[in-house]
Amino acid sequence: MYQYDQYDQAMVDARVEEFRDQAQRRLDGKLTEDQFKPLRLMNGLYLQLHAYMLRVAIPYGTLNSRQMTALADIADKYDRGYGHFTTRQNLQYNWIKLEDAADILADLSKVEMHAIQTSGNCIRNISSDHFAGAAHDELIDPRPYAELLRQWSSFHPEFTYLPRKFKIAVIAADTDRAAMRLHDIGIQIVEQNGEVGASFYVGGGMGRTPMIAPQIREFVPLDQLVTYAEACLRVYNRYGRRDNKYKARIKILVHEMGAEEYTRQVEEEFAHLLDQGVEPPLAELERIKPFFADPPFEDGPKSVDRSDPDFALWVDRNTVRHKHDSYVSAVISLKPVGGIPGDATGDQMRLMAKLAKQYSFDELRVMHTQNIVLPHVKIADLHALWTALEAADLGAPNLDTIEDIIACPGLDYCALANARSIPLSQRISESFAKSGRTAELGQLKLKISGCINACGHHHAGHIGILGVDKKGKENYQLSLGGSEAEDVSLAKITGPGFDEDGVIKAVETVTDVYLETREDGERFLDTYRRIGMAPFKEALYD
Amino acid sequence: MNILTGNDLKTGEVVWWDGQNWSLSVHDAVDVGDMGEQILAAEEAARRVNVPYALVASRTEEGVRPAHIKDRVRALGPTVRRDLAVPTASKTGWDWVI
Repeated sequence: MYQYDQYDQAMVDARVEEFRDQAQRRLDGKLTEDQFKPLRLMNGLYLQLHAYMLRVAIPYGTLNSRQMTALADIADKYDRGYGHFTTRQNLQYNWIKLEDAADILADLSKVEMHAIQTSGNCIRNISSDHFAGAAHDELIDPRPYAELLRQWSSFHPEFTYLPRKFKIAVIAADTDRAAMRLHDIGIQIVEQNGEVGASFYVGGGMGRTPMIAPQIREFVPLDQLVTYAEACLRVYNRYGRRDNKYKARIKILVHEMGAEEYTRQVEEEFAHLLDQGVEPPLAELERIKPFFADPPFEDGPKSVDRSDPDFALWVDRNTVRHKHDSYVSAVISLKPVGGIPGDATGDQMRLMAKLAKQYSFDELRVMHTQNIVLPHVKIADLHALWTALEAADLGAPNLDTIEDIIACPGLDYCALANARSIPLSQRISESFAKSGRTAELGQLKLKISGCINACGHHHAGHIGILGVDKKGKENYQLSLGGSEAEDVSLAKITGPGFDEDGVIKAVETVTDVYLETREDGERFLDTYRRIGMAPFKEALYD
Repeated sequence: MNILTGNDLKTGEVVWWDGQNWSLSVHDAVDVGDMGEQILAAEEAARRVNVPYALVASRTEEGVRPAHIKDRVRALGPTVRRDLAVPTASKTGWDWVI
């Protein structure tokens, strides 16, 4: 994986010291909160419901064991012994003291990490396919390009005060595992006429106005990728609405201007920029690429002993085909039945770090679905890995099932939330685990957000739940038919909302309808798309 | 009753105005009547509290109960991590929060 050069390290170290001074001035009473707030947000420090919250960037979700161990140590030393992996492949600490914040950033810097640009109206952490470099179906490893974009977007002076926050995802497979078209810019690396380039999708997003990004350019040569991204940003920076926070995202601009006109302006800007030489030199890309070279894979067994049914189930559910046939990518579920999605204790993080070192060439990935991946595990090592995970409550066999729920922190932690998300996810996973219907339901992606900002991706859930405030009480809207994958779609609301008990029963009802009406091989989403909303509504409200 | 809350500047912990200082326990919150804005302005200017605001609550036999669910969750801690609850607030159980 990528290692900082002296410039990266110097920049991050300097930023830590700058923030140390800023925080001290706030503590000394020399800065007001209004003065300090933008400074702390630039360093990922929020003020949430119960305390300060620090969001740490994990570039394209890639970590090594040293970094994961450092995250664990920070959780134990400065927080309350755990961290929360987020839906943008980052990590959040919920109980940070302002007086410790600079020390934490210094500890992060020692392992080449930071919290820069994890908040504010700037280009946020670049996200990517969590199986990048391991996936059997990818064209090339997208991470060198994600890293190039990370370097380009870090401290980019022109894009520090955009109209609103800006999120970019890069993938290189037809299977979309990064919700690419629900990003401000989604980039898919593609092949066309024997050449590799990038398709650009611009203006997607979730939040209060969900939109699927339209493709604005089918093919951009890879040696012009950054220039094209810059053109997209420039047009947004010029025309994006700064008068209304709720209309300031690029999706609104593309929608209001029209994709055609937006594209025309981007192309005009792109032509102009090509003469300006903003593309990083090829030598920089060539310097980056070896950091993502394949580890030394070895041939070995291609199958496992399936005599232990629990192990066989975990292999079937939580391992994914690898580009080398003696390996798989193994998913460590952070969704034990009744657990808090995405939370891991310091001890669990340390164990995952140790297992990554032992079994996965020292690499881990954070999934936007709030699980952890060991990308390169020898099939021969799977039983030993599973045994260690089981012992630490990390062996839940539930990838992509109804128990593998995305849930934002919700009203339990978040100052913006209207309703709690986590208790719902706990009760739903308990209910389906208890009834034993999880396996029967197959792939079913359930996503819960505690407010309209949609951090829990409810618009993209096969089943989505949105928490709202109804006269001071928690209320939940149910929606069906969303997908963040290559068959992207936005979920539609079923009708009037439910209270907590009611929405849990409603989820059971819609799964009943699915089981009664599905045809051979259909996932929940396929059945919904075939039969439409009516049978579900009838069962829910009649 | 009208009470005041905010976050401690150094630790970020949720605090409640007890008439003279900021307390970690919601049960110490006092009715500030129509003096809220004045107290908030003074306390924020003195850098003793972060992002303070006024809210409506009621006093029951078991303690002070903020009217809005968000403030009750603030008073107690995350409902999904009872081990991390504010001890003084959880003495009287959890049912009053939701």
